[in-house]
Amino acid sequence: MGKRDYSLLGPDATRAVETGLAAAAWYHTDVPRRGMKALMQREDGPAIRDSVILYGCMIVFAGIGIALWPGWWSAPFWLAYGVLYGSASDSRWHECGHGTAFRTKWMNDVVYQIASFMIMRNSATWRWSHARHHTDTCIVGRDPEIAVMRPPQFVKLIGSFFGIPEVIDFVPRIIRNALSGPTPQERTFVPESEWGKVRRVAQAYCAIHAATLALALWTGSILPLMVIGLPRIYGAWHHVLTGLLQHGGLADNVIDHRLNSRTVLMNPISRFIYWNMNYHVEHHMFPMVPYHALPRLHDAIRHDLPAPDTSMLSAYRQVWPAFRRQLRHEDYFLKRALPPTAKPYREDLHRISPGTPVGPATPPHALPAE
Amino acid sequence: MPWTKACATQDIDEEDLIRFDHGGQTYAIYHSPEGDFYATAGKCTHEEVHLCDGLVMGHLIECPKHNGKFDYRTGKAKRALVCINLRTFPVKVEDGDVYIEVP
Repeated sequence: MGKRDYSLLGPDATRAVETGLAAAAWYHTDVPRRGMKALMQREDGPAIRDSVILYGCMIVFAGIGIALWPGWWSAPFWLAYGVLYGSASDSRWHECGHGTAFRTKWMNDVVYQIASFMIMRNSATWRWSHARHHTDTCIVGRDPEIAVMRPPQFVKLIGSFFGIPEVIDFVPRIIRNALSGPTPQERTFVPESEWGKVRRVAQAYCAIHAATLALALWTGSILPLMVIGLPRIYGAWHHVLTGLLQHGGLADNVIDHRLNSRTVLMNPISRFIYWNMNYHVEHHMFPMVPYHALPRLHDAIRHDLPAPDTSMLSAYRQVWPAFRRQLRHEDYFLKRALPPTAKPYREDLHRISPGTPVGPATPPHALPAE
Repeated sequence: MPWTKACATQDIDEEDLIRFDHGGQTYAIYHSPEGDFYATAGKCTHEEVHLCDGLVMGHLIECPKHNGKFDYRTGKAKRALVCINLRTFPVKVEDGDVYIEVP
């Protein structure tokens, strides 16, 4: 079996388009229209409540951290602030990018811009990258947001818990965006009408980070960077911890979200930080259902889904060995059993394996049972 | 273009839509909160996703895949990721039935 080529301009990208894997019609659980309409309804209340708690806690934690600076007693407050800055911003970016968190458009837009800045993602670029992630979830060469490529790179993976590869990628990319707009790869999914916005957003980010750095140099203290910028590093761990479970160890190049996405039951604090994205099969199958309705959606369609993992620990007990096995066998993945009430997995197109020519002579890509 | 019967008025809840296929094309028929009916092309201009599974909010239809929005009365694209307007079609209601003027 050939190596996967994750480049958006590479041969696997071309192959996915040629074979119909790209922009395919995905499997959906049947949900009566009136029930789905009720689940899709938008509200401002839950997201206003959560935003007041989130930003209120950030102000309090940062305030205490500054007051106790540079003493070690400030450390726990920075750690708490960091998780809200460097991890909760990931889920706020995500949900507001979909436009489903709030009913009111400007509220979605404001929180989206703040969260994008904090998580160091160009708000104009990533809106489109995430659309591609939903169109072509885990399709090799098409999905620009595959967190763990095969074979897994463990050093990079561990570095992600501290935001290191992401920040290393962000700094030159945002400078390049500020100078010349989207990169050639980004231009494959960002329409030309948005290229100017990509540049303007990057210039704003560069200005804020440069001003923070200048303040740190002027005061001779890293305190300004503890508030802006560094929390993306020291607070990233939670969004990586939860995010790796979204698709980690599962199938790629399939068109059934039950095969490539995972639902994990979590504690309420992690669910607040993650904004219910632990219901990830449900989110991918029905992305217009807001985060606060995902538990209800889960109840409505769980008969058609693999059983959820009952905790992060239980999920990692499967994911970690799968990552290790993918080091030697790139094609290995976890295939979870469906309940008897579920419709069978949609396995057409699954015979197409990355890195191999497609044609009548291609042997079927067997889905190994777990 | 001829008028074609698409559905009965009671087939669509208020603030909702249905899919209507005719002549090899697919359309979306809307019932607005005011009780008026409208028709547009049935697929999103962004990635050809059927709009019939989307959400109607007031006069907006939200695409079920990427949450782009159109004003279904005019077809105007209202929220990224949609940039290209949706085609609209004339509608009339006669004797409790909804007709659209399509090729």
